[in-house]
Amino acid sequence: MKLTNGNYVRPPARYSWWLRQGRYFRYMMRELSSLFVGIFSIIMICGLYQLSQGEAQFTAFTSSLWNNFWWLSVITFLFVTYHSYSWFIVTPKAMPLRFSGKKVAPWIIIGAHMILWLICSIFIWFIFTNGGAQ
Amino acid sequence: MSDVKTSQKSVRQVEIEILRYNPDTDEKPYFQTYQVPCQEEWVILDAVNYIKDNLDRSLSYRWSCHMAVCGSCGMMVNGEPTLSCHAFVRDMPDKITIEPLENFPIARDLIVDMDGFVEKLSSVKPYINAAEEKTVEQGTYQQLPEQLQLYKQYTQCINCMLCYSACPQMALNDGFVGPAALALAHRYNLDSRDKGREVREDVVASNAGIWECSFVGACSEVCPKHVDPAAAIQQTKIAATGDYFKKFLMPWKNAQKGQAPEGGDQ
Repeated sequence: MKLTNGNYVRPPARYSWWLRQGRYFRYMMRELSSLFVGIFSIIMICGLYQLSQGEAQFTAFTSSLWNNFWWLSVITFLFVTYHSYSWFIVTPKAMPLRFSGKKVAPWIIIGAHMILWLICSIFIWFIFTNGGAQ
Repeated sequence: MSDVKTSQKSVRQVEIEILRYNPDTDEKPYFQTYQVPCQEEWVILDAVNYIKDNLDRSLSYRWSCHMAVCGSCGMMVNGEPTLSCHAFVRDMPDKITIEPLENFPIARDLIVDMDGFVEKLSSVKPYINAAEEKTVEQGTYQQLPEQLQLYKQYTQCINCMLCYSACPQMALNDGFVGPAALALAHRYNLDSRDKGREVREDVVASNAGIWECSFVGACSEVCPKHVDPAAAIQQTKIAATGDYFKKFLMPWKNAQKGQAPEGGDQ
């Protein structure tokens, strides 16, 4: 589009811009992953409700979920994992920690988040599997 | 003699395609291709200078320092916002496409209209707003090295506009204040000598300011000076959110300023 002052404005790629570069695509996948975080949250709330109805109800719910919607569980797991990972790797930008007057290296902040994430996951897995064994 | 031989050996023929536009004669931009014998040590700017000196004198572009300091030679090189003096031809394929920086109107060939950018920079009042002006006799505004370290990174911006070109929000919303201006505002907000944060808030904490940023992070990835504007914007978002809630928790401060809590733009 030619402006009155002679300058030319290139029309932006309104719908396909995110396919042009890897960084834009990764960003869109991070945003899309929010949808699966929402799905995961709904499943979780349903699961908690079933749990409140008793062990048999909860076991039937998880079995039904896995037998009929295993593909949704796999996709949701992958996206939720990517969601957590993609946000943890940008935490140093929002958390400029300083220690003894010096900036803490970004890899330490990212690493601390990742380790905490891993510990929490193992802890929850441990409770879940042990709870099932008893 | 041996030096001459070496330089002759390292010459590589590169096809360089440049987006041309003359506002007086062209209705829209078009690509023009040049065959350029590039030497091993050349950066993209050297190849463009070769075209200007030997192949086509009508080619227009900005450049000055040739050492990534002045920030004037930014171009899209193979679709990536790049300082043309900061990218070696030897790292590029045999065909290179050069266009003016994206998200800016083209004034002529590789020259973009940067008036909007300068207006946005000015809008954040990028200078020290001291609480009270000192006379020369009263001396300088002093600062400790630790206080300098808090914001030094954000002083490194050379206004090359690569971040504006990389930002997809900028492409979709021309009114966005943008990464460099918001990073500069953050630089002054962090400066211990400055008391102008509230003065900048109208622009910085508005919908067209930090809240337009959806944290793609492309600005920080292309920044040749590692300013990290994405970090500046996210930190400003956290500070602005804190300010918003403080208005509810400390209403007597609003009364002092004559502001209502609902006046926040978040």
